[in-house]
Amino acid sequence: MPSQTPVLQVENIATRFHTQDGLVHAVNGVSFELKKGELLGVVGESGSGKSVTMMTLLKLLPMPPAEIYAGTAKFEGQDLIQLNLDQLRKVRGGKIGFIFQDPMTSLNPVLTIGYQLAEPMREHLGMSRREARQRSAELLDLVGIPLAESRLNDYPHQFSGGMRQRVMIAIALACDPQVLIADEPTTALDVTIQAQILDIIKRLREELGMAIIWITHDLGVIAGIADRVAVMYSGFIVEEAPVDELYGNPKHPYTRGLLKTLPNLKGKRAKRLESISGQPPSLNNIPASCPFAPRCPHALARCLQENPALVNRKNNHKVACWWEPDSGKNT
Amino acid sequence: MTLKERNVLLEVKELVKHFPITRGVFRREVGSVKAVDGISFDIHDRETLGLVGESGCGKSTAGRVILQLLPATSGNVIFKGRDLTSITKEELRKQRPQMQMIFQDPQDSLNPRMTVGSIVGEPLMEHQSLKTKERHERVEQLLNSVGLNPKFTNRYPHEFSGGQRQRIGIARALALSPDLIICDEPIAALDVSIQAQVINLLEDLQEEYGLTYLFISHDLSMIRHIADRVAVMYLGRIVELASSQSLYKTPLHPYTQALLSAVPIHDPKQERKRNRTILEGDVPSPSNPPSGCHFSTRCPKAEAKCFKEPPGWREVSKGHQVACHIV
Repeated sequence: MPSQTPVLQVENIATRFHTQDGLVHAVNGVSFELKKGELLGVVGESGSGKSVTMMTLLKLLPMPPAEIYAGTAKFEGQDLIQLNLDQLRKVRGGKIGFIFQDPMTSLNPVLTIGYQLAEPMREHLGMSRREARQRSAELLDLVGIPLAESRLNDYPHQFSGGMRQRVMIAIALACDPQVLIADEPTTALDVTIQAQILDIIKRLREELGMAIIWITHDLGVIAGIADRVAVMYSGFIVEEAPVDELYGNPKHPYTRGLLKTLPNLKGKRAKRLESISGQPPSLNNIPASCPFAPRCPHALARCLQENPALVNRKNNHKVACWWEPDSGKNT
Repeated sequence: MTLKERNVLLEVKELVKHFPITRGVFRREVGSVKAVDGISFDIHDRETLGLVGESGCGKSTAGRVILQLLPATSGNVIFKGRDLTSITKEELRKQRPQMQMIFQDPQDSLNPRMTVGSIVGEPLMEHQSLKTKERHERVEQLLNSVGLNPKFTNRYPHEFSGGQRQRIGIARALALSPDLIICDEPIAALDVSIQAQVINLLEDLQEEYGLTYLFISHDLSMIRHIADRVAVMYLGRIVELASSQSLYKTPLHPYTQALLSAVPIHDPKQERKRNRTILEGDVPSPSNPPSGCHFSTRCPKAEAKCFKEPPGWREVSKGHQVACHIV
C-alpha cells in the first residue's frame, strides 16, 4: 500500500528543444509527487510530453537540442536537475531504474545478458563478479525466465520480445531502486505477452514495494495497475486523480473524450464511436490559452484567453479546466 | 442480420502461403515459413469481416495473398465467381479496380515526392481514361468524401498529420469505386483520439458506397466495434470464426478465450475483479510449428490428442465455427 511520504517531488518542470524549425515546447511546467510504494500512471498521446518529462528527471535527453529551463525534482533531499553528470550516474540505474519502450533496441546486441545485468550492480553496489552473477540469476528467475542460470551467457537476439522486456525489467530492478520509471514497457508487445508482463509488475510491486511511474497511451493498461493517474496533453498535466476517481468521474473534457472514444470489449456495442475532433496543437509556442480549447466541446470564452492551472477540486482530484462538468449536465 | 441472404463476394479456400528459407550459394531450400497454412472463409457483400491475431500469425500475409500482391502457394481465392489464383495477369489487372487496400503506416505507403492530387489520381490514370479536368474533379470529390479540404491537392504527404495521411490512403483506395477493401491495421499507427475519427469515416463510407471490408487488426475492442463477423488467427490458421456478438459473448477456442482475457479494460473496478487466463511462453516459430494443433504448446487445456492430430473445422452452433478437439 502506498504511504503518504513522497519519494519524488517534481515541481514546474519545463523542457524545450531547439530545432531547425524553431523552438518546440515539449514540457511546459509539470508538477507531481510520487509517494512511497505508489504506482502513478501517466497517460497521454504521442507528443503530449510524457516521455520527455521523465527523461528530464534523469537528464537523459541530449542537451542541446534539449534545454531544461525551469523546475526542480527533489529526490532524497537533492535536486536531480542540479546534479552534475557524475552525481547523476549514481542515481541512474541505481536508486532510480528505467525501463524503455522498445526491448529490441535498448539492450546492447554484442554483450551477454549476464554482463548487462551485472553491470549496474558492479557499478552501483560494488559487487564482485561472482556475487553479481549470482544475483543476476536470481533476478532473471524473479521476472520469470526459465533456466535463468544457463541463460546468462546468451545474447539478446536469443530472446523473444517478451523475454527481452523481462530482462530489461530485471536490469532496472538490479539495484533495488526506490523509483522505477517504465516508459511504455508493453507497447511493443502482443496482448498475451503484455498480460504476462503486467502480471510480473503487479507481483514485484507487492514483493519489493518500490514506487513506479508508468507511462502509457493505453487507458486500459493503466486502469488495472495504477493507484493514481495523471493525464497529459500538449506538455501539461490536465487532470490528475486516484484511479477510481479518474475513470469513474473524469472532469477534464479531454479525459472524458478519450474514455468515450474507446470501444468496449463487453456490454453494449456503441452504434458509432464518439470522437474528439481536430488534432493536437503544434508545440512551437507555449499556448497562452487552454491548449485543448480548439478541440473542446465545452470551450468557454475564458478558455481562449487564459490557460487554466491545475487545481485541486476535491478528493485529490486535480483538474486544469475552466469548465465545470456538473454545471451543465448534458454530456 | 440478413447476411445469409447476401451474395458471397469473396471466397477463400484452403489458402496457403509458404515462404521458402534458402541456404548457400545455390539457394537450396532448407525449410519454409508457413505464414498462412490453409485458411478458408467467405465474405458476403457489404459485410465487414474482422481478422484478428497477434503479430506473426499471418494475418497481413493473408490479406496480401487474397489481393494477389503475393502469389499463393496453393488454394483458391474466388472473387465474384472468378478464381484469382488461376487467371492471367492481364485479366487480374482488370479485376484490380474492384479490390483495394488500405495500409497500416500512412507514412510509408504514400510516395513523399508525389502531391496528394497525383497520389489519389494515379489509380484513375492507370485504369480509367478520364480527361484531365474530369480527373481533377474526381480527385477533389474523393478528398471531400474523406473529410479533407479539396484545395490540398497540390500539397505533399509530409504536410499532413498521421490521421490526415490515413485519409489520403483511404481516398486512393476509393478512387476506382471498389467493392472490396482490405484494411490492414489502418488505425494501429494512429493516436487514440484520431483512431475513432478514422473508424467512423470507414463506417460512413461503407454505408455510402456499399463497401465490403476485410478488417485486419490486433485490436480486439476495435474489431468488436466494426466487424460483423470475426475470424481469429493463430500461427497461420484460423482457430475460430463467428459473428462478432457470439465470439465476444461465448468464445469457444482456448486461444480466443485467453486473448480476450488479456485485453485490458478501461475500467479499474472491472479490471480488479477480472480473472485472467495468462498464457505461458511465446508464439512458436512459423517455420517450425508444433505438430497437431498449433496452439497445443501454450494451451492450458491441451490433451494428448491435441499434440498429434490437427483439429478439424466444425460448426458448433449456427455460424460459429471452431477448430479445437476439446470444444
